[in-house]
Amino acid sequence: MTAYLLKRLLIGMVTLGVASVVVFLMLEVVPGDPARLMLGMNASDAQVELLRDQMGLNQPLVVRYLTWAGGLLSLDFGKSYTYSVPVIDLIKERLVVSFPLAIIALTLSTLIAIPVGLFAAARRGKAADTAAMAVAQVGVAMPNFWFALLLVYVFAVWLRLVPAGGFPGWGNGVWPALKALILPAMALALPQAAILARVTRAALIEVLSEDYIRTARAKGMPMRAVLWRHALRNAMIPVLTIMGLQFAFLLAGTIIIENVFYLPGLGRLVFQAITQRDLIVVESVVMLLVAAVVVVNLLVDLSYAVVDPRLRTRQ
Amino acid sequence: MSDAAPHREETFGDLVGRALANRSFVIGLFITLVVAGMALVSFFWTPFDVTRLIVADRMQPPSAAHWFGTDHFGRDVLSMIMLGARNSIAVALVAVVIGMGIGVPLGCWAAARGGWIDEALMRFNDVVFAFPALLSAIMITAVFGPSAVNAIIAIGIFNIPVFARVARAGALSIWPREYILAARAAGKNKTRITIEHILPNIANLLLVQGTIQFALGILAEAALSYVGLGTQPPMPSWGRMLFDAQTLMMVAPWLALFPGCAILLTVLGLNLLGDGISDIFDPRARRRI
Repeated sequence: MTAYLLKRLLIGMVTLGVASVVVFLMLEVVPGDPARLMLGMNASDAQVELLRDQMGLNQPLVVRYLTWAGGLLSLDFGKSYTYSVPVIDLIKERLVVSFPLAIIALTLSTLIAIPVGLFAAARRGKAADTAAMAVAQVGVAMPNFWFALLLVYVFAVWLRLVPAGGFPGWGNGVWPALKALILPAMALALPQAAILARVTRAALIEVLSEDYIRTARAKGMPMRAVLWRHALRNAMIPVLTIMGLQFAFLLAGTIIIENVFYLPGLGRLVFQAITQRDLIVVESVVMLLVAAVVVVNLLVDLSYAVVDPRLRTRQ
Repeated sequence: MSDAAPHREETFGDLVGRALANRSFVIGLFITLVVAGMALVSFFWTPFDVTRLIVADRMQPPSAAHWFGTDHFGRDVLSMIMLGARNSIAVALVAVVIGMGIGVPLGCWAAARGGWIDEALMRFNDVVFAFPALLSAIMITAVFGPSAVNAIIAIGIFNIPVFARVARAGALSIWPREYILAARAAGKNKTRITIEHILPNIANLLLVQGTIQFALGILAEAALSYVGLGTQPPMPSWGRMLFDAQTLMMVAPWLALFPGCAILLTVLGLNLLGDGISDIFDPRARRRI
């Protein structure tokens, strides 16, 4: 297991390294000179040249890459071209919206998907199972930003329970902030929950055909206890794998959903940066999200060992 | 059928019979054909001309003349959805073709060669998987300019590792079979074995994955168009229609309803079709017959 984890860690690090090269090169080919962008149309060529020197833009490609990548390691992402403040400050400011949003969505989706999966697996082939899986099938096909619009229409426009968009900040109390995040989190969570419920059900059905389940039932253990105590734990590996994979989708979804609800998170930051050609911000956010995906998948690998003790000693 | 029944080769008729008995397959195929038909019809006929803006007719609720209502420019929503279907299908389909065209040969090559080539290709796959696909598509379209073509490329790139992985896994399970050994003994080289024996045997896996990636492509195109990075106006696209509908939702909710339903139905149809195909070809299900 240790060897396996070390291998995964190494792969994760290589992934980050390759990702940084790809992101750096891709933004390198973008037309437009950041120095000229910062100074505006009326700046003289000499001024632009001076700023290019200061920003290190006149150095060779490899040197610029190494400076940038070295900075990433110490969380120094450089300065935003448009705001002239450290990128890390911009990211921190936005992370207090995006991070809670992703966590709430992930929690919601898990809390919905696992019980639904258990419910359907326990009633395999019955009407309740068919109905639950039909709903899940629709949920999988639902574009999350459209679902978001429907939620806004019902809960914000029609029932007026929550705001239709915007974010009051955490300074004005936790409740108003949570209220602003609940619809976006639901929009993100439900389509994800549909996929996760299907995977949970399939994994449980696989496990329920095992001999030890029949033994547990034969010695008189009630179905509910069998499901929760024996089946769920053994079905967790595929469920965790999908949760890890979904995290990448969740992050990308956050970017779209933040735009639906006008939330000042990382997604909005990326879009503003793209329209303003503030490439260093785009680079930094993309790298941050890739790093998040790599870390989450490492955690998923670790969690296998927690769920299944057999994996801890296996070579 | 009892075990005593004499064994016979399955005919094409048996396959069609099994397909028609599969509910997912039939419903999925029906929905997919309706959407595809709508897209095809839009090439020579739509109820109204969407290039003509008739301000007097703007924001009409659904009626006998305009089944799905009209938008803020007086354009017929049904006609726009038909044109949008063409656009969505084109983007998603070409992206699948890119993914299959590059991914399948790569996956088959990795499976046939093994060793460090296999390892290197699969590790490269891991790298691509670590990029949130939609985020990277956003970055690609933002860097190279928003357009339908760039959306196709951005979505297509992320289909490559998916098909490579499926093709490799499928091929690896076929290579140890006896008939491959026989083919090798007959002196066929790896390329020829791959084309003649491996590909036909993994075609169903690729077809199922194709419907899944097609559906994901429709969703991705809609998301990109919604944020303004996909298909550009005046070409109608479902995602863009939803973006326009958002600000008008209080006065014209139907504008947000129908394009969303179109996306949902298309993706649902493709997913059901994929489930159906997978059921039909599942060897475990076949043994029960």
